[in-house]
Amino acid sequence: MMDIDTIGSVLLAILAGAIRVGTPFLFVSLGECLTEKAGRINLGLEGVLVISAMSAFGVSYLSGSAWLGVLAGAGSGALLALLHGLASSLRRVNDIAMGIAIMMLGVGLAFYLGKPLIQPQAPTLGSWSLGFWSDSPQLRSALEVNSLFPIGVALAFLMSWAFANTRWGLVVRMVGDSSDAARALGTSVTGVRTLATTAGGAIAGLGGASLSLYYPGSWNEGLSSGQGLIAVALVIFARWRPVACLGAALLFGGAGALGPALQSVGITGYYYLFNAVPYVLTLVILVLTCSPHRVLRGAPSELGVGR
Amino acid sequence: MNAFTEAWEALLLPLLAIVGALLLFGLFVALAGHNALDVWALLFMGAFGDAFSLQNTLLRAAPLMLTALCVALPARAGLTVIGGEGALLMGALACASVPYLWQPPAGWPGLAVLLAASALAGAAWIALAGYLRQYRGVNETISSLLLAYVAVNVFKHLVEGPLRDPSSLNKPSTLALDDSWLMGPIGGYDVHWGLVWGVGACIAAALWLSRTTHGFATRVVGGNARAASLVGLPAHRLVIVACCLGGAAAGLAGGIEIAAVHTAANASVIAGLGYTGILVSFAARHHPLAIIPVAILLGGFAAAGSMLQRRLGLPDASVQVLLGFVFVLILCAEAARGRLRWQDLRAWWSPSAQALAGRA
Repeated sequence: MMDIDTIGSVLLAILAGAIRVGTPFLFVSLGECLTEKAGRINLGLEGVLVISAMSAFGVSYLSGSAWLGVLAGAGSGALLALLHGLASSLRRVNDIAMGIAIMMLGVGLAFYLGKPLIQPQAPTLGSWSLGFWSDSPQLRSALEVNSLFPIGVALAFLMSWAFANTRWGLVVRMVGDSSDAARALGTSVTGVRTLATTAGGAIAGLGGASLSLYYPGSWNEGLSSGQGLIAVALVIFARWRPVACLGAALLFGGAGALGPALQSVGITGYYYLFNAVPYVLTLVILVLTCSPHRVLRGAPSELGVGR
Repeated sequence: MNAFTEAWEALLLPLLAIVGALLLFGLFVALAGHNALDVWALLFMGAFGDAFSLQNTLLRAAPLMLTALCVALPARAGLTVIGGEGALLMGALACASVPYLWQPPAGWPGLAVLLAASALAGAAWIALAGYLRQYRGVNETISSLLLAYVAVNVFKHLVEGPLRDPSSLNKPSTLALDDSWLMGPIGGYDVHWGLVWGVGACIAAALWLSRTTHGFATRVVGGNARAASLVGLPAHRLVIVACCLGGAAAGLAGGIEIAAVHTAANASVIAGLGYTGILVSFAARHHPLAIIPVAILLGGFAAAGSMLQRRLGLPDASVQVLLGFVFVLILCAEAARGRLRWQDLRAWWSPSAQALAGRA
């Protein structure tokens, strides 16, 4: 039977995992939030996540600087998302279908170009020791925080503020809520959407960099299995609010850490079933938040997925 | 727009997109330091060059036809379902696990039971996504893909845990199926009967959509759900039946992979056939009959992939890159639909032809 110490260490591992595993979720959901606020959905962020993880790792390996890798991750994510933005601006091109295509292309390109990167070790990102006040070594190691995580937290609050208070934020929301109104004011709808998609890809690219440069901190072909997609669903759960994305990402990080945490205390028989927990949880949350009878509160009106 | 122009465009646009993707892929491998001409030649030789590669191509095309139906049939009812991989794995799991619960009779009746179980499992998996969309308002694209990831984990859990054959040491597998249940090759060829199932399912689906009232009603729902409910069509039921049929096709693909290729459920079944099926269906514009040639073409590229790897040392993901280019360009080609007019082309061509003639 499990004793108190074991339960405590599992809970601590889940807390640590919430931040460690949740960081990629945070960035991808913020990126998707920005894209969707402008009225487009980018399912291709799964591909963006994988290709940015690969390029971040590659550049960090070649240059010896993890932060250059982070920049490369954001850049490559932006490029792939730009392709989605431009292609979805074409007439009769469906953004959901294009997202699936971008997902496949991004994953293919990353696996192709990342083949030589599977073996080597690259410099990884440092961490912030937020557990300095504690005497417990377990708590200290649990609070070793990915140095990208504070950037993500700041970004969530910044985006939340910008959507409400800046000209750019209002333009993005207007384009997402009524393309007619935007056109009447002389705003280029496709231009804003393409820019928002590209910027969203850059933000999601930071999540990829966090995967390959912090946790797990290496590049391989199994690095992401649907985290990008879960993040898309998280945005619906967070009702398109950036700060709520932060909470949702932490919740899912915790769920994702459940399997490894239980494994570390010797419960191993259900490894794959625990791996399935985040997906099931996402589905359950979608079932609970969505409704066939009304448009979700907070959903950009031009968006197809909120209905 | 007349029917001729429409048919002409439906053929020309995807072909142009595929040619464009091959050009892009050539450029891509050339940048990586390979000879593009060699790559193109090997792609076609590896796919259709001789009897051996042609049979290999057909082997790979068979499950793609079935997984493409899993996208096409819900698409005709207005849904974008992309979780065919999950239905395929559930079908494979059902096929391999029936003998654990109940011993089916030997020979083809047993095979029929196994395949029926696969189709049912696949149907249930996709029907769940359809149900959630119709009754709970959950986006089916996201839910079906989430279900696919759940299916991968359930599959691995059962194959490596409760259903594992203790003698499968290096590669965890379920107990192998009895020899009498296996699906044999057609005549003296390497190609198994799964190809017949795939082609047959595509033809049946085409007949259902074009010749039956139920299929017609499904297309009306897919075309305009509001109009369909105004004329009193049971939209929810039609959509879910379309999802069931699509899921059954993908589940059958999983069952056939077990009964004809792997003989037991193991990790080799997780080969992304469901994901390639998405591309096949989009390239065929969700038309069941068009799925057959598209599956053969793209199955051929997949078959040639191992050749590219062996002969030219390209990474195994190179076919994935090619298919990614194909997918993006096929969708972009939609933008040109209705703009490429036969008359325009003739009008553009004839003055230049006249000018040339005049100069001569």
